[in-house]
Amino acid sequence: MEAVLAVVVGIFFAAAIYLILSKYIVRILLGVAILGNAVNLLLFTSGRLTREVPPIIAEGIDALPAGAANPLPQALILTAIVISFSFFAFLLVLTYRAYQDLKTDNTDDMRIAEPIKDPLPPLGY
Amino acid sequence: MAAVSTKIADLSVAMVTAPVAISEWLVVLPVALCILLGATLMMIRDRISLHPLVAIPGLAAVVLVDAALLWKVVTEGPVTMVMGRWLPPFGIAFSVDILGAMLALAAAIVALAGSLYALSDINDSARRYGFFPFLLLLLAGVSGAFLTGDIFNLYVWFEVLLISSFGLLVLGSEREQIDGAVKYAFLNLVGTTLFLIAVGYLYAIFGTLNMADIAMKVKEGREGLPLVTLSALFLFAFGMKAAAFPVNFWLPASYHTPRVVVSAVFAGLLTKVGVYALIRVMVMLLPAEREELSLMIVVAAVATMLTGAAGALAQNDVRRLLGYLVISGIGSMLAGVALGGPGGISGAIFYALHSIVLMTALYMAAGLAARISGSYSLESLGGIYRQNAPLAFVTLALFFAVSGLPPFSGFWPKVILVKASLDIGAWWLAGVLLLTGFLTTIAVGRVFLLAYWRPKAGDDGAPAVSIDRTAFLPVLLLTALVSIFGVLPEGLLRLTQEAAAGLENPAAYVHSVFPGGAK
Repeated sequence: MEAVLAVVVGIFFAAAIYLILSKYIVRILLGVAILGNAVNLLLFTSGRLTREVPPIIAEGIDALPAGAANPLPQALILTAIVISFSFFAFLLVLTYRAYQDLKTDNTDDMRIAEPIKDPLPPLGY
Repeated sequence: MAAVSTKIADLSVAMVTAPVAISEWLVVLPVALCILLGATLMMIRDRISLHPLVAIPGLAAVVLVDAALLWKVVTEGPVTMVMGRWLPPFGIAFSVDILGAMLALAAAIVALAGSLYALSDINDSARRYGFFPFLLLLLAGVSGAFLTGDIFNLYVWFEVLLISSFGLLVLGSEREQIDGAVKYAFLNLVGTTLFLIAVGYLYAIFGTLNMADIAMKVKEGREGLPLVTLSALFLFAFGMKAAAFPVNFWLPASYHTPRVVVSAVFAGLLTKVGVYALIRVMVMLLPAEREELSLMIVVAAVATMLTGAAGALAQNDVRRLLGYLVISGIGSMLAGVALGGPGGISGAIFYALHSIVLMTALYMAAGLAARISGSYSLESLGGIYRQNAPLAFVTLALFFAVSGLPPFSGFWPKVILVKASLDIGAWWLAGVLLLTGFLTTIAVGRVFLLAYWRPKAGDDGAPAVSIDRTAFLPVLLLTALVSIFGVLPEGLLRLTQEAAAGLENPAAYVHSVFPGGAK
């Protein structure tokens, strides 16, 4: 099961990086969203995947039974999902706003903050 | 019930059962206070005239709390407080050592200076958008990152400060800001996501997220573990946050777009959090891997220093020039991390503290110059010395400090780093450090020549212009710090050396987390 998930994570990462390398903000945004999911799946897989052993500590023992899935990475993912979702929402609004104000979603044309013909400092006194 | 609980292991090894002493709360107070004040300001969001009245005394209180915390840590050694009564490694721990306490104090001072400067720099509409709440939440994130003892918690604080910085960056929603914010937001989000990957692998390797626990487990055995790969991931993620070459291009693309007080606070705080995290992880947790990767770090450091200084030489906009100087300073800190040893690490820590205060002051001074002259462009700036001599004097002091010239605080970390690199025979690194200082001197010297000495074009008898006292005071305060620690560096030098020693041998840090010894 872990091997399958590892391949899936790899595909997610590849797709995310491919999209992030694009010039268009919307594609980069999708890439970032996939990247977040890739990381979450990776954390999830690293905590062992199994349904067979319930993570319940039996009476008289103070540790999980061997082979149970580790619940901590799942807690980490919950935090990470909340954070990445809110960031995605912010970036979505920012991208839309950038499209409205700058009239483009092509990063090559987004040169307002760094103009192409920025003058050099004066050479003489 | 009673029959069941007797079978279960003694809970006192996993939980705090005694009530927490009042003085222990000091550990978490800087963060708690910031969040509390930020939330209060959110609630009175519409009553903008009240914002500074809450924020400025609040930030002053945070400065006092941080100072008390530093005092406690210096006198008693590292202190730890756990959340939710679960003892480490189960509960999230806040562990403060000298490094974290010093940086948190510097950050709070800078935020206080920023809130004073904002009185005249931030207009009503920007206050309505929430400048003061964002500032406090930003400081909460930064302080949390400096004080936490749990690596996943560090990630969460990174996100807290990142989302607050987004809010500050787009304050005003001008086209330039939107453009800068797009680049800043995407690259920083990718950077923190990479950090999360590294944290995931770290947990997969060690099964713990507590830094003291990791430091112990790394020592116990590192054979066969992919620790160098892990360190490289951390280096990449933190390098992106710290704006190290070649992942630094988000900084000059965005730092000149927001209000100048926002740029000032960003330049002081954000990149240094990346450097702090790098020092914490690479020096304290994974020292052998830092050694292994030191060649890579030093190459990045040299490239960061030189591209920063060269970029500064080529800028016409003073704010962009300062952005490149932030980058070149990061290069010096990375050089310290790469060198390692007491000299390199204490030099990097000293430089980080100096840079927090100095870069904020520089942006603020540039903002004041622009208020007098009405521009940030070197072409049209001029005659500031005639119009306001005190500002010119203060700025000259800051320029000396950023170039690493005595008698200001930039001199000492440079001396330590150059000496540390000569000690191990890396004369070329010493050369690059000095060359960077030289190039920086040229860049800022030219700014002084053009903007301050040169008479303003077509305007001979320009009258003296006075500036708002509330805006000049924070610049003066920060310059005073830069000068005091330049003239009397002994105390700070000793503290940075102690902090470096505490990182290299984290026994006291580990002991504060596990007072009963390791399990």
